[in-house]
Amino acid sequence: MSAYSPYLAAFTSRFLLMMQYRSAALASFLTQCWFGLVRVMVLAAFYKGAAQSDSTLPLSFAQAVTYTWLAQGLLALLPWAADPDIAAAMRTGAVGHDRLRPVDTYNLWYACTAGRMIARILPRLLLMVLAAGVVLPLIGKEELAWAPPSGTAAAMLFALSLTVAVALSCAVVMLINITVVSTLNERGVNTLVVPVVFILSGALLPLPFYPDMARLALFIQPLAGVLDIPSRIYSGALTGPMAWIGISLQVLWTFTLVVAGKKWLSYGMQRLEVQGG
Amino acid sequence: MNTCRLLNRYFTLSIRSQLQYPASTVMLTFGQLISTSIEIISIWALFERFGTLKGWSFGEVAFFYSLLGISFSIAEFVSRGLEIFGTQFVRTGEFDRLLLRPRSAVLQLIGHEFRISRFGRLLQASLILIVASQSLQFNWTPYTITLVLWTIAGGFALFIALFIFQSALAFWTVEGLEAINAFTYGGVYAGQFPISLYEHWLRMFLTFVVPLACVAYYPVLAILGRSDPLGAPDWLLPFTPLAGFIFLALALTIWRHGISKYTSTGS
Repeated sequence: MSAYSPYLAAFTSRFLLMMQYRSAALASFLTQCWFGLVRVMVLAAFYKGAAQSDSTLPLSFAQAVTYTWLAQGLLALLPWAADPDIAAAMRTGAVGHDRLRPVDTYNLWYACTAGRMIARILPRLLLMVLAAGVVLPLIGKEELAWAPPSGTAAAMLFALSLTVAVALSCAVVMLINITVVSTLNERGVNTLVVPVVFILSGALLPLPFYPDMARLALFIQPLAGVLDIPSRIYSGALTGPMAWIGISLQVLWTFTLVVAGKKWLSYGMQRLEVQGG
Repeated sequence: MNTCRLLNRYFTLSIRSQLQYPASTVMLTFGQLISTSIEIISIWALFERFGTLKGWSFGEVAFFYSLLGISFSIAEFVSRGLEIFGTQFVRTGEFDRLLLRPRSAVLQLIGHEFRISRFGRLLQASLILIVASQSLQFNWTPYTITLVLWTIAGGFALFIALFIFQSALAFWTVEGLEAINAFTYGGVYAGQFPISLYEHWLRMFLTFVVPLACVAYYPVLAILGRSDPLGAPDWLLPFTPLAGFIFLALALTIWRHGISKYTSTGS
C-alpha cells in the first residue's frame, strides 16, 4: 500500500484541482451539445435518404446516434494534447523537482494525467447524459437521443472496456508528454496529434463508416480502443467474442504503450537538460 | 494618419514579427491545413457510405463548406485581438491604454495580430472549392464569381461580428465566453450542410438569429442555380449575404454600448 500512496496522492490532488474548473466544463459542454445535435441531425438525414436498408449498414441509426453522443460526452477522454502542467514543468525547469522525488517519474506523471483526465471526463459526461439521454427524450426527440446500453451484458462489458480505455488514453498522453520532454514545446506535437486522434479514435465519425477495406486496420490500431471499441460495445454493435477481442486489444495496446513509454522516458531523461535559472 | 494607412502599418509589423520565426510560422500554417481538413474527410466518407444526402451531392456540400471555410479563415486572420480581448485586455486593465489612443478600439484590436497560420485553412478551403467545382462541373461566369465574392464578404462580416460579440461579452463577464465557440467553430460545422436537413428550430436559428445560412446555404443555392426545397423565393437568394453585414452592425452597436458601461479592472 505505502508504495502506491505517493501516486494515489498525486492522482487525488490533481483530480480535486481539476474539479474546480466548473465554468470551463460548462462552456465545453454547451459546444459539445451543439456539435452533437448537428451531427445527429446530419446522420438522420443520411439514414433517411439511404438507398440501402438499415441491415446492410455497419451501424443501425440508433447505434450511430448513441455512438455520436458517447463521443461528445467522452471528448475529454481523447488523448489529444500533452498534460499542460507537465509541458509547463519542462519549459520552466520544474521537472527538476520531479526528478528529485524518490518515486518513479513515469508512474507519477501517469497518476497526474489520469487524475486530470478523469476529473475532466466526469462532469462533462454527466451533463451530456442528462442533456442527450434525459432531456431529449422528455421533449419528444427519442430518435435523436442517447439510448441506454443495449443490455446488462453490454453494460458490464462497457464498464470494463471504458476503464481500460481510460488507462489506454493515459498511456497515449504519456507518449505525448514524453515527446514534449525531448522537444520542450507542446504546441507543435499537439497540432499534429489532434487530427490523427480525432480520426482514428472515431470521435470525428464512427470508425465503421469509413470504407470497408480500411475496417480491419482501423479496428486493430491503438486509438480504436480509446473510443470506438467501448462505444460499439455499449450500443451492442460489438457483442460476444468480438467484444472480448476488442477488450483484449485494448489491454494489449495499453500494456505495449506503457512499456514503450517507460523505456522512452528513461532514455529521454538521461539526456534531459533542465531549463530555467 | 488615416485608418487604412494605420491598418497597413499594423499589418506590416505583425507579419514581419511572425516572419522572424519562419520555420514555426510554416509549421503552424501546415498544422492548420491538416487539422481543418479532417472534417471534409468525414463528409466524404459518409457520402461514400450512403451515396447521397437527401438529393444533395458531395460537390454541393463541399461548396457550402469551402465558402464558409474561406470567410471564416479570413475572419480568423484578423480577429486574434478580439478573441483574447477578455483575458488579455479587460482583465489586465490594458484596455485603458487602447482607449487613450485617438483611434477606434475595434481597429486597434484588429491590428493587434494578423495570424499568418490561418492561411492554412484558407488554402484548404480554396482547394476544396476547386474540388467542388470540378466535381459539379461548375461553370464559372462573371455573375457567379461576383456572387461567390459577395458571399465570402457576407460571411466574413458575420464571423467578425461573432468575434466582436465574444469580446463585447467581456465587458459584462470580464472573460470572453468560450461558449461562443459553439457558434464560430460549431457554426462553420452546421453551416456546411444544407440547412434543409435540420429540424425547424435549427433552420430558424441559422436564418434569423445567427444568420449563418444567409452566408452559405442561400447564396450558394443561387450560385448553383438550385431552388430552395423549403421555398425561399429565388429572387431573394442572392441578397441574403446582406444579413452578415446587418449582424455586424448589430454587434458593433452592442460593443459601443458595452464600452460606454466599461469600468476598468486594473490599476
